[in-house]
Amino acid sequence: MTTIKRGVSLYSFQNETFQGKMNLEDCIRTCAELGADGIEIIGEQTFWGWPEIGIDDAKLAEWHQLIAKYECTPVSHDFMLDYKRYKDRPMPFDEQVASVKKDIDFGAVLGMKYIRALVSIAPEVLVAAAPYAEEKNIKILIEVHAPLHFDHPWILRHAEAFEKSGSDALGFLPDLGMFLFNFPPIWAEKFKRVGVPANIADYIIKAYEDRVLSEYVILNVREMGGVGPAIAMAETLRHNAAFEPKRMLDYMHRIHNVHGKFYEMTPDYVEPSIPYDEIVRVLQKGGYTGYICSEYEGNRWIEDFQEPDSVEQVRRQQVMLAKLVGETTVPSLATQSVAA
Amino acid sequence: MMDNKMICTELFENVVENGKTIGFAFLGRLPYYRGLGLSMIEDIAVTVDGAPAAREDVRFSVRGKTYTLDEMETVYDDRWNFAEKAKITVLRAGGLTPGNHRIEFAVRMRVSYLPFVPTTKDTKDLALAA
Repeated sequence: MTTIKRGVSLYSFQNETFQGKMNLEDCIRTCAELGADGIEIIGEQTFWGWPEIGIDDAKLAEWHQLIAKYECTPVSHDFMLDYKRYKDRPMPFDEQVASVKKDIDFGAVLGMKYIRALVSIAPEVLVAAAPYAEEKNIKILIEVHAPLHFDHPWILRHAEAFEKSGSDALGFLPDLGMFLFNFPPIWAEKFKRVGVPANIADYIIKAYEDRVLSEYVILNVREMGGVGPAIAMAETLRHNAAFEPKRMLDYMHRIHNVHGKFYEMTPDYVEPSIPYDEIVRVLQKGGYTGYICSEYEGNRWIEDFQEPDSVEQVRRQQVMLAKLVGETTVPSLATQSVAA
Repeated sequence: MMDNKMICTELFENVVENGKTIGFAFLGRLPYYRGLGLSMIEDIAVTVDGAPAAREDVRFSVRGKTYTLDEMETVYDDRWNFAEKAKITVLRAGGLTPGNHRIEFAVRMRVSYLPFVPTTKDTKDLALAA
């Protein structure tokens, strides 16, 4: 297979799984029906007990049975590494490495090719775990996520450490939210619901489009009389920016999975804030043949006033992705969405 | 996230031990897309009808085990799972009177990758059966 593959992170269905409206089979069946055969999970979201207690064997058996039944492919176990586990001290280096090794084992047991490391984890920890990952045929991918990006010194440090290690078990997982070209409409609507005046919201949206430095926008909002939620809306610019998709091209040899972050898919299959067409063009140019896994994160922006329909949102994104990667069949659901 | 889903509505009751009503209890969920080890739950603050309960009067129970909030700070072998309904007990002699009570439930958690320590809260009116 030489084209980009489609998958889904079950993170996307958190609103439904949290409330018991979808179980693991519902999630995997939904992905399979959409032709998104790659399954990514946050291990401790999908499996109760991980990492502190351990996993029930019956749950692991169910996982493998469902993956086989729906002919899916395990892609990534996203691990957390809670290095702030101890209130009074940081987790020692050796314990962090041991913790990563435990997640390598878990990823291997689940049949994953990759495990996702959070962006704040130190490169030395990953480098120290790399030989063990190689043994287990797992790659550790650090998630490059806004406000960080491929030109940030922290990511450059990781890249240097990875190259110096000589290990091909270390790599990157871009979260497409770092390419936030427009202020997401559902963010603006949420901020307006909690009291941001329309003129200030409009100013922030325009300033974002004009790529004005976050600190100037925050000061201007203050001077416009903005308080509380208006300042919070302006401060989102500290953590989000329209970084350049082409920056991925220098790292293609280490990019093995992609988080298809999205906040909203409109009924006409558009993500209003993230330039998926440009991103897919860049990935194709870089010869990428791994998965783009849907990562729906709109729920938290709308749940205060409407029940999210994560399945419909993922369906729309998969329709868009299928078209962008050159598939001729339009993904569709055979079963009714739970929220419909 | 999940702020409005923290307090569950299916259980709200007085807690009776040895014939004495020692407090009240409800079910609460962690407002997060994953679970957390108990040592990372920094605080659980409960307010009933506008009056905050003392930290030492709050008890947290999952799967048959009960902890004080201070105890939880050094519990490394148990966790509050994703969407798991924990029983939150507040010690209060005599419990609560039957009828509606406004419960505020706030959780402060230490999340390794966040550059701040978030507190998330939910407020619901729960009815205590007579």
